[in-house]
Amino acid sequence: MGSLTGTALLAASVAPAVSPTVSPTAVAPSPPIAAPSIDLIGVLPVLIVLGAACLAVIVEAALPKRQRFVTQVVLAVAAIIAAGVVTVVLGVRGHYVVTFAGAIAVDSATYVMWGSLLALALVAVPVMADRVIEPGGVFAAEASAVIGSPRAKQATAVATPMQTEVFPLALFAVGGMLVFPAASDLLTLFVALEVMSLPLYLLSGMARRKRLISQEAAVKYFLIGAFTSAILLYGIALLYGYAGSVKFAAIASAAKAGGGSDLLLLAGIGLLVVGLLYKGSVGPFHLWTPDVYQGAPTPHSAFMGACTKFAAFAALLRVMQVALGGMAWSWKPVLMVIAVISMAIGAFFGVIQQDLKRMLAYSSVAHAGFLLLGVMSITERGVTATLFYLLTYGFATIGGFNLLMLVRRGGLEAPRLADWAGIGKKSPAVAATMTIFLLSLAGIPLTSGFIGKVVIFTAAMNAGMGPLVVIAMIATVVTAFFYLRVIVMMYFAEPPAKSVGGIDAPTVALPSTLTLVSIAVCAILTILLGIVPQPVLDIMHVTFPLLS
Amino acid sequence: MSSFPYLLVLLLLPLVGGIVVAGMGGATVRTAKLTALGFSLAEFVIAVLLWFDYRNFLTQGGGTSPFGEVVKVTWIRSFGIHFALGADGISLILIAMTCFLVPIVLGASWEEKLPAGRTITGYFALVLVFQSAMIGVFAATDVFLFYCFFEVMLIPMYFLVGYFGGPRRAYAATKFFLYSLLGGLLMLASVIGLYVASGHVLPEGTLDWETLRSIAHQIPESTQVWIFLGFAIAFAIKAPLVPFHTWLPEAGAEAPTGASTLLVTTMDKVGTFGFLRICLPLLPAASQKLVWLFLLLALLGIVYAAIVAAMQTDLKKFVTFTSIAHFGFIVMGVFAFTTQAMAGAVLYMLNHGIATGLLFVIVGMLIARGGSRQVADYGGVWKIAPVLGGIFLVATMATLALPGTNSFVSEFLVLIGTFQRHPAWAIIGTAGIILSSVYVLWIFQRTMTGPLRGAAVVDTDTAADDGVRGAAPELEPAPPAGGGTATAVVVEAPAEPKVKAGFGDLTPREIAVVAPLVAAIIFLGIYPKPVLDVIQPTVTATMHAVGVSDLAPATQNLNGGGN
Repeated sequence: MGSLTGTALLAASVAPAVSPTVSPTAVAPSPPIAAPSIDLIGVLPVLIVLGAACLAVIVEAALPKRQRFVTQVVLAVAAIIAAGVVTVVLGVRGHYVVTFAGAIAVDSATYVMWGSLLALALVAVPVMADRVIEPGGVFAAEASAVIGSPRAKQATAVATPMQTEVFPLALFAVGGMLVFPAASDLLTLFVALEVMSLPLYLLSGMARRKRLISQEAAVKYFLIGAFTSAILLYGIALLYGYAGSVKFAAIASAAKAGGGSDLLLLAGIGLLVVGLLYKGSVGPFHLWTPDVYQGAPTPHSAFMGACTKFAAFAALLRVMQVALGGMAWSWKPVLMVIAVISMAIGAFFGVIQQDLKRMLAYSSVAHAGFLLLGVMSITERGVTATLFYLLTYGFATIGGFNLLMLVRRGGLEAPRLADWAGIGKKSPAVAATMTIFLLSLAGIPLTSGFIGKVVIFTAAMNAGMGPLVVIAMIATVVTAFFYLRVIVMMYFAEPPAKSVGGIDAPTVALPSTLTLVSIAVCAILTILLGIVPQPVLDIMHVTFPLLS
Repeated sequence: MSSFPYLLVLLLLPLVGGIVVAGMGGATVRTAKLTALGFSLAEFVIAVLLWFDYRNFLTQGGGTSPFGEVVKVTWIRSFGIHFALGADGISLILIAMTCFLVPIVLGASWEEKLPAGRTITGYFALVLVFQSAMIGVFAATDVFLFYCFFEVMLIPMYFLVGYFGGPRRAYAATKFFLYSLLGGLLMLASVIGLYVASGHVLPEGTLDWETLRSIAHQIPESTQVWIFLGFAIAFAIKAPLVPFHTWLPEAGAEAPTGASTLLVTTMDKVGTFGFLRICLPLLPAASQKLVWLFLLLALLGIVYAAIVAAMQTDLKKFVTFTSIAHFGFIVMGVFAFTTQAMAGAVLYMLNHGIATGLLFVIVGMLIARGGSRQVADYGGVWKIAPVLGGIFLVATMATLALPGTNSFVSEFLVLIGTFQRHPAWAIIGTAGIILSSVYVLWIFQRTMTGPLRGAAVVDTDTAADDGVRGAAPELEPAPPAGGGTATAVVVEAPAEPKVKAGFGDLTPREIAVVAPLVAAIIFLGIYPKPVLDVIQPTVTATMHAVGVSDLAPATQNLNGGGN
């Protein structure tokens, strides 16, 4: 491993490095420079988030317990906002650069990805701080306490405030997600993946209630994640063996020149892409998704559903475009089949789910299939469309998961479909907002999900994938069936009797202000992006060529 | 042309009305209902003004655009999408029909019995929101905008059926929604396909209707056929044409009367309107190529639906099947490609709205009295409710297109127009008229004539005995008047059947509701010219866009057997 990195760095120093002031068009002729150039301005958003994460670790150690919560929440939110502001400023100024010896590419696509990711994180992370719906917080007070032990029981019973390590973990995950789609060589890609994934594994196991399911989710996620990392790494090794470099640009030119072993190249592509598809929960590599979404603390499921998916697909876009774009003939037919399988799995398994969190998990698998259409079109439009779709999908998913926290039964979340009967009568606001998110996921006009579908399917149709678009439409109808079933339950079914078998009928809890704002922002954006998408489409417009 | 933005107001007024009514939680139900009615009447007045405005537009020779009254704003620049509204003869007719029917539907639903816990305020508000979406569909002159309204109109109707409907409402609503969504999404694929195809002809793709029409002949036929199929499936589901129709009887039967009236009379028109607005002018080559398919489906619909209608035991399902049969005639007229047939089809769309609207409303009033949808639960109603029976007779006569009623004019035009080009199809279609008189007269005989009978009409003590008789009326000979009285005497002799409490004749409100419909049926049956004048120029333009012209009278006979 160490020697591999060394070789990579060596290769990097030989390859033309780019100084921060050189514009992208002048990349090729610049003379070789011995020391790798580093442009700290270009990666400032990442530095802010990761720096804040480190600071948060110190806060955890230095501050007394009472003060930690507020400090951590403010720090996390401030870091995300600051990174977002810097991203916007840099993006507007067009500060495009390839830096860290070609390891990080900051171009128009990167800024769009960072901006969208930070926007999603901004609505997802504050919800983790909700301590109103569940007294003490949705996360465990002592995640390390043995389940069922008196300590663990007491911590839950007296509503001990939750562990505040959640926030630095979330920030680390966001930091990894920011690096992931900006990575321009395979090793950075791998490191970013790990930085992003490890906190996610931990957070998945930290639910305050239903500890066993939560820990099971964490272990499953970790094991499959580790397995994925191994596959990805193997793919990286093979591609390195083929191209003699881990840089995307070098792989692309090696593949173009040809001459090496096609077996190495194709196997490498296959393993690399499978690794990325695992992270994006594309069927049939989705097996962890339902269990993890179900077991993880709900705000964390929302965070994963929106942000992890965004990061995974954003990275996939860059890899496919920059490193493997010239090889489209080799992977496109396979990805087409995978896209159809993913849509089919998501749609048909979604129909039989009785648990809304699992339903949203399968819906995420189906949407991953739609997203692959955008990835496969490898055009400017395709990239913009995929990112826009991810954004709209993210807001609807975060909003949907957040609402799942509000309906409770016997002190626990009540995610079963039957528990949602008659919610429309009990809480018209919750039902109406949920309807907005579900209609958006189903792709009904005047919601953002519809515009997302239009842009992504247009890109796919332009790339000559008409039959796939028709299949996607049919899959959409099937997914609409299970979204619709929730609406049927909420509005058309009678609420269950007051008390069944000693457990009270589901009630609707009031959330904290932060959660309320998050839900409201998601709902407003879902409608707004559905009615006036043009400004956001303009902002998210990605121009080729992507740097490397 | 005046500068008053009629279409924009027509689009927004019911939406605002819906929001206002929905927000009137504190006011009494009566105030809310009156407000809703007020909005719908104001809407009707504006529609009438729009009509005269369009007439002026026509008499002044029209403009470069086929649309009088245009609103156009760029909406999504990246995809060449506009928020564009416009009214030509066909859309004007349908907008006017919608605005005419909504106040009537609100009046008919005034005392609707809703499921427990539902308020009529929400019902009226949803009807108004639905009206807004309908105006949008008919007025949209951007294919994307058309699609948006096409999907959005499902949502208020979904809640009207699912929230306010009969016992199987959730099932019917979901089936209706999914069926429509399936069609809608296939159509979306076609909308995108159209955009991409236009990008191959023009430097930038567009979804603007007029631009698309001007390049329609440059899109290759094979592409057109694929795009056409997506649209056609959506419209065939919506209309509905026969193999795609199974959602309608469910939804129409389970929806509350007002909603099912709107569902059948206005929403289903979107299907045939879509053929005329999108398939024919924008995809002319494909339309010509697939004429045989749609004529076949139309005939299938006319015959199949008529037979099924005759067998119905549920009154509301019966009405939906008569409607499906009529849609067969409309589609036949659309695809016959003669001016007469197409004008007849457009006129039929209006007349069907009025005639079936009346039939639905009157059936709804009957059901409100008897509390049952079963045909077998009624019998001899005319005796106790002569006005209701009379109106029912008018509605059934209009449904079977008796000369003198409005439907006759349109059905005749469709058949005569079709005969010029496809005599064989027209002859089989004519047989449909006979079938329609069978189902219509039979249902009238079973429910209205004869002795008082049926569980819904007669008090429960005697119902069991008379129910049997009601269930098997086909044993009785056909003559309604003589035979009816004769049997009645026999039954009345042993014990006078006690009429159920509350089963009276039409109230003044109900008469006020049906009167405009009856008047329209008779007026348009005698003097359809004002409407045909409005339709004619648009039909000519559509024929021109498809690239077909009427057969000259001399060649008619020669080519009669062809095609």
